[in-house]
Amino acid sequence: MTPAVPVSWYLLLAATLFAIGVVGALTRRNGISIFLSIELMLNAANLTLIAYSRMLDVHTGQLVVFFVLAVAAAEAAVGLALFIAVFRQRHTIDLNRINLMRW
Amino acid sequence: MLDLLWLIPILPFAGAVLNACLGGKPPKALVTIVNVGAPLLSLLLALGCLWEYGHGTTQVIERTYYAWTAGALPSLQIDAGFRLDQLSAIMLFVVTFVGFLIHVYSVGYMAHEEGYRRYFAYLNLFMAAMLLLILGSNYLIMFVGWEGVGLCSYLLIGFYYDQEFPPYAGKKAFIVNRVGDFAFLLGMFALIAHFKTLDYTRIFDAIQKQPSLVTGPTVAGITLASFVALCFFVGAMGKSAQIPLYVWLPDAMAGPTPVSALIHAATMVTAGVYMVVRTNVIYQLAPGVSQFVAVIGAVTAIFAATIGLAQTDIKKVLAYSTVSQLGYMFLAAGLGAYSAAIFHLGTHAFFKALLFLGSGSVIHAMGGEQDMRQMGGLRKALPQTFRTFVVGALAIAGIFPFAGFFSKDEILHAAAANGQWVLYAVGLITAALTAFYMFRAVFLTFWGKFRGTHEQEHHLHESPPSMTIPLWILAVGALTTGWLGLPGKSNWIHNFLAPVILHPAGLPEPAEHELSAIALGLIAFAVAVAAIWYAWTVYGKDNGLERGKEWATRSPVLHNLLVHKYYVDEIYDTVIVRPLALLSTFFWKGVDMLLIDGAIHTGAATTEVAGEVGRFSTTGNVRNYALYFFLGVLLLFLWLIY
Repeated sequence: MTPAVPVSWYLLLAATLFAIGVVGALTRRNGISIFLSIELMLNAANLTLIAYSRMLDVHTGQLVVFFVLAVAAAEAAVGLALFIAVFRQRHTIDLNRINLMRW
Repeated sequence: MLDLLWLIPILPFAGAVLNACLGGKPPKALVTIVNVGAPLLSLLLALGCLWEYGHGTTQVIERTYYAWTAGALPSLQIDAGFRLDQLSAIMLFVVTFVGFLIHVYSVGYMAHEEGYRRYFAYLNLFMAAMLLLILGSNYLIMFVGWEGVGLCSYLLIGFYYDQEFPPYAGKKAFIVNRVGDFAFLLGMFALIAHFKTLDYTRIFDAIQKQPSLVTGPTVAGITLASFVALCFFVGAMGKSAQIPLYVWLPDAMAGPTPVSALIHAATMVTAGVYMVVRTNVIYQLAPGVSQFVAVIGAVTAIFAATIGLAQTDIKKVLAYSTVSQLGYMFLAAGLGAYSAAIFHLGTHAFFKALLFLGSGSVIHAMGGEQDMRQMGGLRKALPQTFRTFVVGALAIAGIFPFAGFFSKDEILHAAAANGQWVLYAVGLITAALTAFYMFRAVFLTFWGKFRGTHEQEHHLHESPPSMTIPLWILAVGALTTGWLGLPGKSNWIHNFLAPVILHPAGLPEPAEHELSAIALGLIAFAVAVAAIWYAWTVYGKDNGLERGKEWATRSPVLHNLLVHKYYVDEIYDTVIVRPLALLSTFFWKGVDMLLIDGAIHTGAATTEVAGEVGRFSTTGNVRNYALYFFLGVLLLFLWLIY
């Protein structure tokens, strides 16, 4: 059975998603937006893993993706909790204004 | 009793330690019991040991207590051990006996002084170190004692630390002695290199059997014997105040007077003489160095005696007289008359301790005044001090039948018998000078009218018995110790010391003196009497001070030179002290502060500037960190590709 879609397409899509994630993470100021961008990068990586897994017919890649998803979910829970805590204190989650640790 | 030999130095040491451990402010009586009791026990023990030694047949008692090099360095044999032979027996008696008397005297002298307890702690520590020096069975133990007495000397010279001069004098003594100690160490290293031991018995036996062991090898261009002898003599120069290292002794008079008597007259300063006599077998094999020792001794003797002529401080007179008498001892040792050197050492210990303690009694009565120009006519107020002081003065002047006559005569006889007529003449002139300046001091102090203040005159009193009794005992010693060395075949001290004076194989036995001891003795006696008579004509009358001034100013240049001690201190200051201070300042300001501190400061400043600049990267904004992170990943990625 030949794959209907070539692997390179998956990879291109993943690269595009990753690039969007990077640009989003570096340019956005809103904490939640950056968070979303990071998720985008994680999932771009997941996509490559699954694509290769399928191509090489090795299921380990799919297994790793489950782990990544689980970790991402945990991270999201912790991250959102942090943002809520920060928001309660400072009434903003604009990262440019959260710079207490500067010199 | 001989098995308790080790206790003799340990007891005063324990006394010092106990003194230091007594908490709070112990009563004076307790300090007295502990710190006079310890030397007393030492004295009794020493007398017991000497009694047993004198009645035994063994010539040399050696006790090894610990062989600390045995395990680690079997090739080097230096044990912790004591040795009692004829030489250390005499020294042991002199040190414990005179030492104990001076402890008793100090009880009276220091009674009203601050630091009574500290004083006795130091004094006991000194006794321990001195006894260690004498009893050690090798040069290392001697050196430990040698340094110990040096330390105590420093501590006691600077005893009145709240005044300006005594601490300075203490430092001077310590530093000048370092010069000599360095040479002493060099000599010991040379012995270790060639003999692998510092033990007296081993070294001396080996040399005696085979003198080529030391006359063969050369060190620094001279034979080993000459090298070691020279190094040891330089060590002795420091400790025993010989030219050119004598300058510390007159200043050492800044300490309490009993200290001057014990350390800077009777015992410590004679350690150099003891060391040279102990090493006699090596000196005999180094005739050149021996001659040098004799010449230095004679020059020191006359040099110091002339300075003594013009001093007005009673203790300074005695200090220069000590330097001068030590010169006599080295003159004897250099001439090979080792028993005469030890004989004079012993008699000198008695009469010089007596003179110092007498002067202490005078100073005590005068309320601390040491200037003889303020004294006069004290013989009525201080009859006992006066009588004993005169006995001491007669002894040092060499008047028959006092001790100094016999011991000094022995030395002059040795010079004449060796045909060293120049040295003999120097010795004889020194004897005349000695008699003159001692009786100048006696007449200025005890004759004439009182010249001090009215208050001082009112205060005058004879010293308490704890001071006068030691004076009388020492006076008896100053009279009788000379009889131990009557000239001729029955010279007890000469015969007693004979086994210690070794004869290296191959050297001829010393010839018996043919000169008439009586004739030489008569000459010395006549010279001394004439000098005393001359001192009487100048200083003996009521207006002795004025007449003396008039007499001295007949040759103002010479008088000025003598008053300023030949400007030796000034010369040393210009030639040695100032250049050294300049060099030290250079190293301090130039090398230490500029170079070393500068390097450290530059390093610190660089780090600080880097930190000041680098801190701006820490913006506190997470987005910047994300950018750094991304750029880092990018770089890593590029590095992986290429």
